[in-house]
Amino acid sequence: MTQLTLGRVTADRDRLRRLLQDYGVYLGVAVLLLVNVAFTPHFLSAENFRTQAVQVAPVLIVALGMALAIGTEGVDLSVGSVMALATSLVSLYLGYGPWIALLVAVAGGLVVGLANGSLIAFVGVQPIVATLALMVAGRGLALVLLPQLKQVHDPGMAALGSGAVLGVPYLVLIAAGLALLTAFVVRRTTFGRQLLALGDSRPAARLAGLPVRRVLILVYAASGAFAAVAGVLATARLTASDPTSLGTLMELSAITAVVVGGTPLSGGRVRIGGTVAGAVLIQLLTATLIKHDLPPSWTQIAQAVVIVLAVYAARERGKR
Amino acid sequence: MTTADVRDPAPQAVGAEEAAVDAPRPAERLSALAQQHGALVTLVLAVLAAALTFEPFLTADNLQNMALSSAFLAVVALGMTFVIVTGGIDLSVGSLFALGGVLAAWGSQYGTAVALLLPLAVCGLIGVLNGVLIARSRLAPFIVTLAAMLGARGLLLAVTDEGSQTYLVDKSTFFAALGQGRLLGVGVPVWIALVLFAAGALVLRRTRFGQYVYAVGGNEDAAALMGAPVARTKITVYTLSGLCAGLAGALNAAWLVSGVTILGSGMELEAISAVVIGGTLLTGGSGFLSGSLVGVLLLKVIQNVINQIGSLDSAYQQVVSGAFLAVVVIAQTWLGRRGRRT
Repeated sequence: MTQLTLGRVTADRDRLRRLLQDYGVYLGVAVLLLVNVAFTPHFLSAENFRTQAVQVAPVLIVALGMALAIGTEGVDLSVGSVMALATSLVSLYLGYGPWIALLVAVAGGLVVGLANGSLIAFVGVQPIVATLALMVAGRGLALVLLPQLKQVHDPGMAALGSGAVLGVPYLVLIAAGLALLTAFVVRRTTFGRQLLALGDSRPAARLAGLPVRRVLILVYAASGAFAAVAGVLATARLTASDPTSLGTLMELSAITAVVVGGTPLSGGRVRIGGTVAGAVLIQLLTATLIKHDLPPSWTQIAQAVVIVLAVYAARERGKR
Repeated sequence: MTTADVRDPAPQAVGAEEAAVDAPRPAERLSALAQQHGALVTLVLAVLAAALTFEPFLTADNLQNMALSSAFLAVVALGMTFVIVTGGIDLSVGSLFALGGVLAAWGSQYGTAVALLLPLAVCGLIGVLNGVLIARSRLAPFIVTLAAMLGARGLLLAVTDEGSQTYLVDKSTFFAALGQGRLLGVGVPVWIALVLFAAGALVLRRTRFGQYVYAVGGNEDAAALMGAPVARTKITVYTLSGLCAGLAGALNAAWLVSGVTILGSGMELEAISAVVIGGTLLTGGSGFLSGSLVGVLLLKVIQNVINQIGSLDSAYQQVVSGAFLAVVVIAQTWLGRRGRRT
């Protein structure tokens, strides 16, 4: 009898833990919102929400590509450098019109992503190392193309960066659209299933005859393209190209958003809704700390602690 | 006729097959040699090419500069080699290098002992924390050390008034002499790095701990089954890496006579590149320290040459370093695959 009750209690606790792992991120966002409503002056204004949403958009877009890479039990450390490369390319090709510049920048991101994917899929290099090499080379290439900060004076780019439809900024609309697209691809397409299958078990996916190499290459190409889009949007918002600092530590923010959102680093599972909430959570946390006059040092330490806690919380699921 | 007699021809047949496979052995040996000593050959060629092409390359000043800047990276790469041989990775070393330098510069006002022990204590502690989270809580090394990289950078900002305060080292102290002094014409940091490498190589090759490091990297489960203290070994290597990064930062601060706050970003990549170029496999279980030293020297020679081509700036260095790392990793994977077929 006692045994039975004990068993039930453990089962209940297990279920509670799983619930917390899956939906804890939404709880975290809710708590941070409440804390801010209570303690931060002028928090509840449309203007503030718009600012926060615009700031989170590039991080979220990068995190979407990262979620796909992590879903295949990989990681993409080159995303920050791809953003820098994109901002350099946009500046260089803006003379041909904003659309051409945008296309060239995204193509640049695609090429880096294809290089990552080829190293991983065909040569068999570990994702950390392959994307590390492209991270170093990508930042260097961005600086070779555009050695220093350059102002961007283009009405098209300015409109992209600060324009809005019905009060919702373009940046937020684009990020939301890409999030919906990614969620659809992961859940409803063959490609999505293949991605999750090979993240779950590479040997099994290979034995089942799935196109492992093609899926891997497409995943890293998508991550590169997403990072390039994020780089273009960040350029439009800042109306400047700064290849030295744009996107630094972005890989860390993106990985945090994905992991906090409940996507395990061990692959086989991708949670897009959680990733969106994860990106919002980090943004809110940073904004809260800054609004209450905590210096950047403490913001960084707090972020580090949140990352470790999130990975620690997700650990049990990886074991199961 | 016993069953053993009947079975006897079988092993012979296998033996004959092995002999047939043995035929292309020189090629395989060559690929193994290339994997282990390719970096050394490349280094010799690079030095020869640089010496022939650039007049100032072989001057005493230039060599001294290269040796010094290699020394700091080499100490970081020393700890990184231990970590990578266990199959892990430590991305926090760049931040710890900077943090170690700032703490050493601040501590130097209280004497050399404080200037050395404070960075070692703090960076070692962060290394312990990395190790415990990786070994006991079984978290992925790259994410733990990435978080530590951010946290250590935050700590650095916190102790330097958000990066605006640069602590200076008094040039007349013994601590400054550790960085600036010379022994037999060669900078003291170079000697320290060489001594540490010799000690590290002894530990890795000749001690039980060294064997555990290889065993954990080769196959963690097998190592645990044969009774190796897996968790303790991992915690020790991450602690070692933290200590090395902190010491390198302290020596660098002594050399620069100030705790520069913006140092060390990207250093983790340099250290990992050096280790990988030196023939240590990122999959763990194999590797050697002399290779890492060669890798460091090779990177620094390449940087030096790029610096001397006046029209090329540091951005090209990054492109070349990244491309170089990619080529080395491709070559290693290729050579490793051929080796495995034997």
